[in-house]
Amino acid sequence: MQTPNDSLHIPVQDPVRKKMSPARKRRITTYSLLAILGLAVLLPLASYSIHWLGHEAVAQEAGSVVNPRSNTWRAVNGGIGGYTAVKGQETDVLIAPGGIDWLVKREATIGKYAPWAIVVMAVILLLYHLLHGRNKLDAPRSGRRIKRWNWFDRLVHWVTAISFIALAITGVSMLIGRAVLIPLLGKAGFAMWAQASTTIHHVLGPLFTVGIVLMIVMWIWHNFPNATDIQWFKEGGGLFSKTHPSAGRMNGGEKVWFWVVTMAGLAVCVTGLILVAPAYGIPIPAWASFIPLVEGARPQMQQAHMIHAVVSIGWTAIALGHIYIGTAGTEGAFEGMSTGYVSTEWAKQHHDQWYAKAEADGKVIEPAGSRRRARRAEAQAHSTAS
Amino acid sequence: MARMKFLCDAERCIECNGCVTACKNEHEVPWGVNRRRVVTLDDGKPGEKSISVACMHCTDAPCQAVCPVDCFNTTDDGIVLHDKSLCIGCGYCFYACPFGAPQFPQQSSFGARGKMDKCTFCAGGPDEADLSDAEYEKYGRNRIAEGKLPLCAEMCSTRALIAGDGDEIADIYRERILRRGGRPQTWGWETAYPEG
Repeated sequence: MQTPNDSLHIPVQDPVRKKMSPARKRRITTYSLLAILGLAVLLPLASYSIHWLGHEAVAQEAGSVVNPRSNTWRAVNGGIGGYTAVKGQETDVLIAPGGIDWLVKREATIGKYAPWAIVVMAVILLLYHLLHGRNKLDAPRSGRRIKRWNWFDRLVHWVTAISFIALAITGVSMLIGRAVLIPLLGKAGFAMWAQASTTIHHVLGPLFTVGIVLMIVMWIWHNFPNATDIQWFKEGGGLFSKTHPSAGRMNGGEKVWFWVVTMAGLAVCVTGLILVAPAYGIPIPAWASFIPLVEGARPQMQQAHMIHAVVSIGWTAIALGHIYIGTAGTEGAFEGMSTGYVSTEWAKQHHDQWYAKAEADGKVIEPAGSRRRARRAEAQAHSTAS
Repeated sequence: MARMKFLCDAERCIECNGCVTACKNEHEVPWGVNRRRVVTLDDGKPGEKSISVACMHCTDAPCQAVCPVDCFNTTDDGIVLHDKSLCIGCGYCFYACPFGAPQFPQQSSFGARGKMDKCTFCAGGPDEADLSDAEYEKYGRNRIAEGKLPLCAEMCSTRALIAGDGDEIADIYRERILRRGGRPQTWGWETAYPEG
């Protein structure tokens, strides 16, 4: 008996088959592989031919087997409503599914991570201050001054600044108070603070909006970027060097801050006004539909709320930088916004081009004492002459 | 321990709004506040269906999760109650609620919405003594403490709206489906009680 295995050992000579050349073998192998690859890609797409050939017929057939009643309930789960005798907003909707998404985003993402931006910024500024120290004036003050901000500039700045701080504290309280403040104050204590927070937020918000709009209108003229600013940024704003890059009335950093205030301010104020409207008994304005990218009062409010929270927290973090630079970070900067005047030493150091122009225009104010001294010297000269 | 739920049988509800009226009357709720409402789908068309909806007393209620002052409390019976002495009227529960249950009385000065009001499953509130006048003023009648079920379901003329322990009302509904045939539709349960 011959087993099938034995046949392997017998050399079989196919009389018909000729010896194949290696070149032909390679050609056949290559084309076969290419054909297999091509088919492997194309064959699974063959079902599209059904789509091209008889799409409508197939769709109709599928539609006819769906229970129309189950479609009704599916639509209800997706937020479709009906008729109701109860008057009010969205009373005709049975299930509004977006709320859970909003809740998860607010609690699990925004509330959990966003406030850390403020903490991280505070730590960075603290480290900078400890490692680098205050940016001091290079020369002692001579008493010569230049007017930088008029009374209205300062009024608008401080009304907006103080309301910004109040709004930031009350706003963050609302977002993370349950996690952070309830353990400290207790539920009843925090409820009182939260009630105060919402009231403060609702009252100061519209006032703050007025301040932001005035700031944009008043100061946009100083803040268009130019070539000096590019050089200013190339030199890192002098943050980490001993030199002071050249700057006009506003340096590159101040201009960036201005545009942050403009962009974040508009986003936060517009979403804020949408959010606060119902609390003042005003229906959500029609223009709200242009801003938060979604239709319907509820998704609009949810969207507005999330934009408001994220942008305002990022803005608060950046504002810490502005507050630091304007107070502890730079000697001689704070008096510009508090008294309206800056020393020429500060101006020369931080805004050399602006200083040069002020000097040329004769806008430098000599110290009062020196003027008196000059007058006295003049009077003396007169008396000795006579 | 019971797990209180609402179930509205869409095959039975005739949109009489009796539940809405009974609720308003029983709890003396303020003008403009509706703890319960009836919504009619495909109104006036073949296959029209009506559903009575109020707070569903959800498992892991979204309102409870989002409330910034943590004023919600789920009782041992699974009833979601809120403490009006803590509520600041911020409206976040209304943003989050899938059923549109939270209600707000008319606006007061300084843009506050007033304390939120919603269906209590006729179980009063968590911060006042059961059956006290103060509780009635704030939250309405506490029928659960009296050993009664919610009035909306108790007076439903077609027994479309049923309230009570989830297992028991599911048994009642199952029996109905067995007798009348058709498909079950435990409306809203998927959303409110995802654990089943």
